[in-house]
Amino acid sequence: MAIETLPEPSIPITTPLRPRLGFLTATPIIATATICLLLIIAIALLAPWLAPHDPLLLAPAQRLKPSSAQFLLGTDGYGRDVLSRIIYGSRISLLIGLGTAVLAIGIGLVIGLVSGFFRWVDAVMMRAMDGLMAIPSVLLAIAVVSLSGASVMTVLVAITIPEIPRVARLVRSVVLSAREEPYVEAAISVGSSLPKIMWRHLMPNTIAPLIVQGSYVCASAILTEAILSFLGAGISTETPTWGNIMAEGRAYFQIKPSLIFWPGLLLSIAILSVNLIGDAARDALDPRMKQREGGQ
Amino acid sequence: MNPVLDIDNLVVSLGKHAQAPRIIDGVSLQVAQGETLCLVGESGSGKSVTSLTVMGLLPKGSLVASGGSVKLVGEELLTAGDRRLRQLRATTMAMIFQEPMTALNPVVPVGRQIDEVLRAHTDLDARARRKRILEMMEQVRLPEVERIFASYPHRLSGGQRQRIMIAMALVLEPKLLIADEPTTALDVTTQKQILTLIRDLQRDHGTAVLFITHDMGVVAEIADRVAVMRQGRLVETGALDTILRKPTMEYTRNLLSSVPSLVPRAPRTDSSEPVVLEANELGKVYRERSWFGKTREVAAAKDVTLTLRKGRTLGIVGESGSGKSTVARCIVRLIDPTSGGIRLAGREISELSHRLLQPHRKKIQIVFQDPYRSLNPRITIGETIAEGPINYGMPHTRALEKARELLELVDLPPDAISRYPHQFSGGQRQRIAIARALALEPDVLVADEAVSALDVSVQAQVLELLDEIQSRLGIALLFITHDLRVAAQICDVVAVMQHGRIVEQGPAAQVLAHPKEAYTRALLDAAPGRSWDFAKFRPVSSGVAAN
Repeated sequence: MAIETLPEPSIPITTPLRPRLGFLTATPIIATATICLLLIIAIALLAPWLAPHDPLLLAPAQRLKPSSAQFLLGTDGYGRDVLSRIIYGSRISLLIGLGTAVLAIGIGLVIGLVSGFFRWVDAVMMRAMDGLMAIPSVLLAIAVVSLSGASVMTVLVAITIPEIPRVARLVRSVVLSAREEPYVEAAISVGSSLPKIMWRHLMPNTIAPLIVQGSYVCASAILTEAILSFLGAGISTETPTWGNIMAEGRAYFQIKPSLIFWPGLLLSIAILSVNLIGDAARDALDPRMKQREGGQ
Repeated sequence: MNPVLDIDNLVVSLGKHAQAPRIIDGVSLQVAQGETLCLVGESGSGKSVTSLTVMGLLPKGSLVASGGSVKLVGEELLTAGDRRLRQLRATTMAMIFQEPMTALNPVVPVGRQIDEVLRAHTDLDARARRKRILEMMEQVRLPEVERIFASYPHRLSGGQRQRIMIAMALVLEPKLLIADEPTTALDVTTQKQILTLIRDLQRDHGTAVLFITHDMGVVAEIADRVAVMRQGRLVETGALDTILRKPTMEYTRNLLSSVPSLVPRAPRTDSSEPVVLEANELGKVYRERSWFGKTREVAAAKDVTLTLRKGRTLGIVGESGSGKSTVARCIVRLIDPTSGGIRLAGREISELSHRLLQPHRKKIQIVFQDPYRSLNPRITIGETIAEGPINYGMPHTRALEKARELLELVDLPPDAISRYPHQFSGGQRQRIAIARALALEPDVLVADEAVSALDVSVQAQVLELLDEIQSRLGIALLFITHDLRVAAQICDVVAVMQHGRIVEQGPAAQVLAHPKEAYTRALLDAAPGRSWDFAKFRPVSSGVAAN
């Protein structure tokens, strides 16, 4: 039965899952979003050097000054420099955004993996998740913060809890389809232990969707933090956060609308950038989505 | 007389550039009225692209017909506009596909789906259309046409769905029918019926048929003329008999000689080696508990008794749903049997818990059907093969060394060890899967349709490899297949399964040459091209069997 073999097409040696960051500059809009986000991150990191004034320094004599050479964006109702407060505020927003994304993904991943693999855990866990999802996230966060007192840590936890079910459900659905793959059955038959199967064969399938989900969690956490601060249920009012600045500016809206305008603008840019990058990551990691949008 | 379809020097390229790689390179074909031209080739040979070009269904933007001409009853198709092509499809040319379930809309009754074709292309009123459809459904020999007219696709069997597709394709009496592997997804007995149906309808209507297939058996059943394609080029064209008896090109000869013969190979001498695997009245019942009323029980396997000796091959053959894969999975304990016993190397394993089973798992390994899904795409070949030995305590470096030796055993270069599955072809991946299974030095290797997804030439190589491994390592093979040809060439003992039970079991030479049971006989009768011994380029002379 000796027969001629077809020449194998030569395929370049590439490793799947090598981080490909090319998508960050795929279109002018996404490139702009990337630059904006990088700028905001730079501002947050370099806050002590960038801020012209102490963001906490009260100066009642300088209340509600308009823009000037000394105070580029003017001062607020207590005479604090608005620009410095916005610069420092970006630190809290990014910290909450990234922190929530990492925490929610970490916890959601474990819950999702376990409930995707064990039927009996699944029934219990998913009902608990359904219950959590039924409570409006801002309401849940307010309840948590008012029970345990306002601090960056409690706000972080309060915002993370309602995000967990979304991540857990996503991971669970990926695991449910991946565990039927023959390579998982093959791993069972070569005697691999359950933790090994989960970590080596199931978990990697969830990375791509989790990167995308993570960007959305991050964006929504930044927004939720601002909402909590604005409602007065967040981090204590003297700490500069974008939400706090807007909440205090509310009283002077008719005299000095820029108190709400500038932090609001930065908040919108940050959230829009993160969401756009998330979309771009989704398209890059799952080319089928893009095709569908293209109508082909 | 002018041919119905005239393809002249067709070139299809990947993209619009002049230097773009050519998927189809200078293919010329003619199909006359009332004639069946079989387009044969292995995967990637360009046979489907050729048919899609004719239908004007090439994916826009990626594949471009950049040269030559395609004429349908004298009309050029390559330059025709979308509107004209839409008119021509269904009225003058029609196509049926491999998988009728995905080609039909699952939420619309099949009758209405055929009706859509008539509404779009004729002026008939509702009553006339219905009459026409019911007539057509009778012509494709569907039973109870009134009931089926109102049925949804999932209520019909695979064969019935393909009949609906054929009815839909032929309802406007097109001059050309393109059939792209229309029977590949069907069982042999259904396949035979569909092939006969296409032949009869063609005779009655004088349709020209362009029939695309990879299966030489099907070619022998249905073709008037054959065109062999390879890597986008036409290798040779000729009348069926000429191609099968006296192929002129080397490639065609190779293709034909790798088709396994239905005549069982010469039996090996009886083995006195120890029994390594025994299944005793093995059963698997699926219970479906409903909210109200009683549980529904489906017996996927019942009273399956098998014995396999060291160094021998036991084949389980049957159609889809016969329970052969269920038996394989029970034996490997991927699913738990509900009754009966499995003895592996003298040790009962059917009742062992997963923890106690662990030391026994290494003695039985499995190779799956789909080589594209059975290897984790994110893990290197070396790590994949080494996973088993590492699980049983081998140090990492030693396991990788072993992986390298195994790759050599399955004829792959040792540098494959650091590459990823997507860098290999289907046949190579199946070799890798075999290497992974062998890494644990099992007593029994279960091959669950392990060669069914491969092209015939690759299939022949993998079968040869399995044979070689068996004689070298003395491993026992449990070979699950739906393909009687493959079974005839590799098995010592064959068990025929139907509806979860073993219908007939015995030496291959006896079961496949002189079957006792009616069902086995029906299966053999339905095997396409059973009257041809392709590898010897001549018809099978009746009554000649291996013994």
